[in-house]
Amino acid sequence: MLKLVDVETCYGCIRALKGISLSVAEGEIVALIGSNGAGKSTTLMSISGITKACGGQILFNNEPIEKIDPDKIVAMGISQVPEGRRIFPKLSVLENLEMGAFLRNDHAEIKKDLAYIYKLFPILQKRRHQQGGTLSGGEQQMLAISRALIAKPKLLLLDEPSLGLSPLMTKLIYSILAKINAEHRTTIFLVEQNAFMALKLAHRAYVLENGAISLEGKASDLIHNENVRKAYLGI
Amino acid sequence: MNYFWDLFLGGLTRGSIYALIALGYTMVYGILQLINFAHGEIYMIGAFTALIVASMLTMQGLTGLSVLILATIVAVLYAAAYGFTVEKIAYKPLRQASRLSPLISAIGMSIFLQNYVMLAQTSDFLPFPNLLPQLNFLDSISSVIAPSDFIIIATSTAVMIALTVLLKFTKMGKAMRATAQDQTMAMLTGVNVNRVISRTFIIGSALAAVGGILIASHVGRINFYIGFNAGIKAFTAAVLGGIGSVPGAVLGGLVLGLAESFGTGYISSDYESVFAFALLILILIFKPDGILGRSSQ
Ligand SMILES: Nc1ncnc2c1ncn2[C@@H]1O[C@H](COP(=O)(O)OP(=O)(O)O)[C@@H](O)[C@H]1O
Ligand SMILES: [Mg+2]
Repeated sequence: MLKLVDVETCYGCIRALKGISLSVAEGEIVALIGSNGAGKSTTLMSISGITKACGGQILFNNEPIEKIDPDKIVAMGISQVPEGRRIFPKLSVLENLEMGAFLRNDHAEIKKDLAYIYKLFPILQKRRHQQGGTLSGGEQQMLAISRALIAKPKLLLLDEPSLGLSPLMTKLIYSILAKINAEHRTTIFLVEQNAFMALKLAHRAYVLENGAISLEGKASDLIHNENVRKAYLGI
Repeated sequence: MNYFWDLFLGGLTRGSIYALIALGYTMVYGILQLINFAHGEIYMIGAFTALIVASMLTMQGLTGLSVLILATIVAVLYAAAYGFTVEKIAYKPLRQASRLSPLISAIGMSIFLQNYVMLAQTSDFLPFPNLLPQLNFLDSISSVIAPSDFIIIATSTAVMIALTVLLKFTKMGKAMRATAQDQTMAMLTGVNVNRVISRTFIIGSALAAVGGILIASHVGRINFYIGFNAGIKAFTAAVLGGIGSVPGAVLGGLVLGLAESFGTGYISSDYESVFAFALLILILIFKPDGILGRSSQ
């Protein structure tokens, strides 16, 4: 479904991605793990078309998307939950969700999906008229994931969904991700620094170091890999 | 008391015009963090267009309300087209440049438009016909409020309510607010940010044109330079209210209009602009983000 071939991305003279290749199949959950500054966020922003790749190819359902504008990429079915959640602080919770459905016009269906999301995260329904900026970190993460889901993406990108959350909240978020993948076959590509939860959820994983892929394999294998355990699991 | 009331109404009238123009500054700033110095010229072009259209229609024998409506429609469309084009030519190519470059480009655009109108039209003042309708019910209240004051205040209020509804309840309005809050995230929800920016310029320019027609009818004459003064005052109003804030622009416009009106009425009319800028300096010292600026929200 998603395929990156020798993708390079630069910020001015800094080459943040030095030619990375990876793939995500339909229905799969794939994790990209790496330490701070490895280039994880850059990878997701390149896929979403925000920071344009300067070399290589990004294919979505065999179509090259590396030169396409971000709004068209969303329309093709790729939604991102960015690092730090980026809730619109002065829009209400409901308006944030409506922004997620920005490209949709099937009002009746949107209403149904909104009800589904409120069932998934009842707290969002309770807070729907509150400004997004006043939510707690965990609530903001729920809102950010819901805002991406209501776009009905084929591929969901998540950038460090556990960042700054309590272990309990992290567990809840991850159980929801597993549920979405199981119930709707939504393909998930997620990036994490805290690799343990990600490796437990994912089918396959890649390790990113200094803008290059250093390791890849089945998540259940990587979780037992000596180097991964030392570098990313703190064991 | 009567004198006070007159000054109060005069201040509201002035203030609502400042507010109409200030909205254009503040909306563009909210999205691009750019001071569109050519905005005052858009207002001036709106007034000129209305004058030209009204003259042509009057020569055809039309009178009254139909002249006002047609002239307003053409002027609003024309000013909106100018605002749209100015953004495409002077600001869009500089989107990635440092903050100073678009600012210089804005000043250049302002000077260019002034000189263009001066050469294409004239450098003299032109008489502007009073296009505001003479409504009967206004005569009956004319002891309380002058008809033109009433029309200006009522029209500005209606336009500002329409803008609030648009921003608050329509999809486009939500996209505009989202883009002002987090441009990258707006893109990630599928918003075409270039389109949002264009529409912001179009709406701001249309509001300025309405302001231009109202004030030109009220004052009775225009020249190519009226945009400079009005632009500076409206910009002051936007900063006063908290640049980037829509209610701030309205409040800033009204406060500025009232301050000028009472200052000239009770102290001296020689110092009209001194009151405006003294107020600005005071606000910037004691409340640098403006009355409704970011830090107070
Ligand atoms: N906007 C930017 N401008 C310049 N350099 C950047 C920018 N964003 C990220 N970088 C650099 O690119 C590299 C990768 O960053 P990032 O993708 O954010 O890493 P990660 O998400 O894995 O922590 C880092 O060296 C970082 O300093
Ligand atoms: Mg990151």
